[in-house]
Amino acid sequence: MDQLLQHLLNGLLLGATYSLLGIGLTLVFGLMNVVNFAHGEFYTLGAYAAFAALTLASVGFFLAIPLAIAAGALAGAVCERCLLRPLRGQSIDTVMLVMIGVWIAMQNAELLGWGGVAKSVPTPFPTQPVVLGPASVAPLRIFVFVVSGALILGAHLLLARTKLGRAMRATFQDRETAALMGVSIERIHTVTFAFGAGLAAAAGALLGPVFLLYPSMGDLASLKAFSVVILGGLGNFAGAALGGLVLGVAEELGAGYVSSGYRDAVGFLVIVAVLLLRPSGLFARAERVG
Amino acid sequence: MNGILLTIALAVIATAPAWVWNPYHLHTLIMAGIFAVLALSLNLLLGYTGQLSLGHAAFFGIGAYATGLLTVKLEWSPWLGLLAAIVLPAAAGFVIGRLALKLRGAYFVLLTISFAGCVSLVSVNWMELTNGPLGIPGLPPVEIPLPGLPTLSLRAKSAYYYLVLAAVAVSYLVCLGLIRSRVGRALVALRENETLASSVGIDSTHYLVLAAVISAAMAGFGGGLYAHYTRFVSPEVFLFSYTVTMVIMVVAGGKGTLAGPIVGAVLFTVLPEALRALTSWQWQMLLYGALLVAVLFFMPEGIVPALRAAGPAVRRRGRPS
Repeated sequence: MDQLLQHLLNGLLLGATYSLLGIGLTLVFGLMNVVNFAHGEFYTLGAYAAFAALTLASVGFFLAIPLAIAAGALAGAVCERCLLRPLRGQSIDTVMLVMIGVWIAMQNAELLGWGGVAKSVPTPFPTQPVVLGPASVAPLRIFVFVVSGALILGAHLLLARTKLGRAMRATFQDRETAALMGVSIERIHTVTFAFGAGLAAAAGALLGPVFLLYPSMGDLASLKAFSVVILGGLGNFAGAALGGLVLGVAEELGAGYVSSGYRDAVGFLVIVAVLLLRPSGLFARAERVG
Repeated sequence: MNGILLTIALAVIATAPAWVWNPYHLHTLIMAGIFAVLALSLNLLLGYTGQLSLGHAAFFGIGAYATGLLTVKLEWSPWLGLLAAIVLPAAAGFVIGRLALKLRGAYFVLLTISFAGCVSLVSVNWMELTNGPLGIPGLPPVEIPLPGLPTLSLRAKSAYYYLVLAAVAVSYLVCLGLIRSRVGRALVALRENETLASSVGIDSTHYLVLAAVISAAMAGFGGGLYAHYTRFVSPEVFLFSYTVTMVIMVVAGGKGTLAGPIVGAVLFTVLPEALRALTSWQWQMLLYGALLVAVLFFMPEGIVPALRAAGPAVRRRGRPS
């Protein structure tokens, strides 16, 4: 029983970062109709940016995270401006192939820049776990959980409550009408993609210190993000947030009770099962199907 | 004119082992041939049905493991192993095709990635069967028993070259036959407008699954050839970079053409080897990514269609007459 509680707690802590990864991807898909296979690379970029800020520029840990988010958002904006804008109106498949190209190029640029040796990020948190009743947890994981939750909430508020969020939703519902109302369409596209990339970079900067940094870390992150997005239904914000928690818990239980070698298979199986049985996602309302 | 050029080209290809004396260059040509089989296989799906499979390394790997396990553990003949490298991936292609081809576009892509991921994890974790990350060494070389004569071993690179060349020719002819048949016309009709094609009675699932099965069989055959060439199989055969390389060869060469994947395969095996002296492997993959983007921007149809459009002399589909 205690073991189960520990697995559930670990799952939730891990799941929150999956949610953060997932909402960035689902926003870009739902709003822009771009299948962003380079999402995991923005995650990697965020992790390495935080590492660089900490070790090369020796800024503090708490400043490194916002810097990493800014780096990710900037890279996203450049990518949108240079690659996606010229392809506006092209088929979704062409854009998907271009993003696959970006993924390969970014990953190998990271391999060139940082080398293949895994790096660990120093943190100011004590390694002594905090005991919560029958379960225990590292202080760093609590910090990651809290910041992830805050970022998800912030993203939700930005979309739902601010003028920018309204302009984003309006643009992708009806471009022309939004343009007539004075929304700068091209800018909204760039901002949305940068927003998604920034969220991925945030997840990277937060999870980097928990695990290790290596250039292909983004592949697994992309996979988790896609699993989460498919669980929640493509383009469904709340679905992705919930889907992350579900995937995190499912993985922990799978690794704990089945086999840790197959931990990452849970994500694959989730994709296969959901796509085949309930392709609009677990949390879709009836009218969203299609 | 075209016929003469093609005859010269074929003669050069057929006599390559005689004048390519550097074994490393011959190795590059053999790999180009294996990748030509793989690219033709992927092209059948991506070019003719319009569905992008990012799990093709799975069929390649299943083919390699099929013959590896059967020839090493059960000591089957390599020819039976190669046959199994066609049949087992085809069976996997049927199952995956039936499941995945209910979906289109990004959903199909994700399902194929997940399938390849699962298979790769099994190859690493099922120690009893696959020997895990250590792999299976010591695959037997392919041999041709000649009646009354000593057995002809294809262990030498120059001999294996001809086996691979024959495989490319067979794969090309299979694709050609398929494309020119009723099946090929049905696939193109489905790619161009599925609703319209269905309305005139083309059963989309039937034809798409058929394409997936043939494509998987060819990719598996490529895997079998690769396994008997390197004579070692490890989870490395499931690497995503194999799939990426296939995609780039098909997209850059010209998807939906038969010459395109072969041109792409030769170009993208020979070019990196030629560049190897100048650049490291990471640079190569970086360039691959950048090149994929560049091709989509400036030559969205690929090299072969662009050449056909550029020179009217090349446009005629030349065959030796």
